[in-house]
Amino acid sequence: MTRIRFQRSLDELKENLLVMAGLAEQAIQRAIEAYRVRDLSICDLVSRSENAINRMERDIDQAALDLLAMEQPMAIDLRFVLSVIKINADLERVGDSAKSISDRVRNMEQMAMADLPVDIPRMATLSAEMVRKSLQSFIEGNAEIARNVLTMDDAVDAMNRAAYKALTKVMEEQSQIAPQALNALMISRALERVADHATNIAEDVIFWVEGDDVRHRKSVAMQKDSNASAPSGI
Amino acid sequence: MGVGIEVTNLNAWYGTNHTLQDITLNIPANHATALIGPSGCGKSTFVRCLNRMHETNPIARVTGSVRVGDLDIYADAKPVQVRRRIGMVFQRPNPFPTMSIYDNVASGLKLNGYSNRRVLDDIVEKSLRNSALWDEVKDDLKKKSGASLSGGQQQRLCIARALAVDPEVLLMDEPASALDPVSTSKIEDLIFQLKTQYTIVIVTHNMQQAARVAEKTGFFLNGRMVEFDSTHKIFTNPSDKRTEDYITGRFG
Repeated sequence: MTRIRFQRSLDELKENLLVMAGLAEQAIQRAIEAYRVRDLSICDLVSRSENAINRMERDIDQAALDLLAMEQPMAIDLRFVLSVIKINADLERVGDSAKSISDRVRNMEQMAMADLPVDIPRMATLSAEMVRKSLQSFIEGNAEIARNVLTMDDAVDAMNRAAYKALTKVMEEQSQIAPQALNALMISRALERVADHATNIAEDVIFWVEGDDVRHRKSVAMQKDSNASAPSGI
Repeated sequence: MGVGIEVTNLNAWYGTNHTLQDITLNIPANHATALIGPSGCGKSTFVRCLNRMHETNPIARVTGSVRVGDLDIYADAKPVQVRRRIGMVFQRPNPFPTMSIYDNVASGLKLNGYSNRRVLDDIVEKSLRNSALWDEVKDDLKKKSGASLSGGQQQRLCIARALAVDPEVLLMDEPASALDPVSTSKIEDLIFQLKTQYTIVIVTHNMQQAARVAEKTGFFLNGRMVEFDSTHKIFTNPSDKRTEDYITGRFG
């Protein structure tokens, strides 16, 4: 084994990203808890963790940049460093989404509770599970777990679409609880984004482990299908 | 224009040492192909087999076939004819020290019977322009010796000398390993330009260099070619674990 120092630097980069991942995962869980119990002290914790996440994002990017410049990694090491940079950005945005949810909770706390036709806790559980599994795939370097995450995204998208439909109807028909419905809609959207970030992380893990770029495969396949079914001459 | 090289079951020995074992590959025309691998893996022996330099060693032996364009270089041609079609540039620049810059470039032509001054002048200028050296030496062609040039200039002079006899293939054995970064960059730019007219095979220990200049890369290990693929594939996602271990610095 040569390049021992370089290998140690890669290990350190992974460890730091896992710390960052822990913070982001904790932030989203706290934001969900804040929504469930309408507790502003939990919202404060989310705001504080966002600062820590932002600091870590800069540190990890700098460490990755140093490795690219100084060590010029190749093949699986190059893919690893590139994946770390991208996962780092996704984790920071998971932190942003947690902050955005906690901001909505602050807003909702001042309003009367309303019975809204949307199951935010169920959606939150699924999104958080996707984040947890995508990080597990990163820790274990396991593309199979990452692929499993990709299959979960459709369910969250469907929930978000259903929430949009139901909540816009509430806003149209029950103006007295429209502000609560709007907040719930924004939380639903934030959770859908969290699921998208988990999907991105899973795609980056597959790229790191197998060198296979699986991004946008679904949309390309859908495009091909629609082209194939389009009548000729159009 | 360059021609492709088809190597089939190539084996080479130094005495009893079997240094190349069953190498088969197709090197595409008008592209740069890089050969990488740890010291002693056989990559330099391989390029020396491509222009029959290997057999200049009395204990060396070769079997198999090397087809350069339509010419089987071991069956259909003499070594001198082969080396006219396949030029070679070595690790250390080796201009003829007592000859002028002009004579260095014209030496191969004169050996091949060229004597018309105007033809020689034209070819010397064209070769020096193609090796990106003309502007730096045009006023001193006959005043300065090849040895008076800097290391990087000497290497480009050797490239001009190789180009003067109008080869189809240019073999380069670590052509920039003895040069500073600026001279290295000039050689790399040159390889980029030359590959439109010639087929280039470059042996290098500098993997970034291979990644920059070559479209195809072959990885040699212990006398065998482990993997031959597009440079992009080799350096981002090689198929063989041994290639990955070597390029990521886990051995070598």
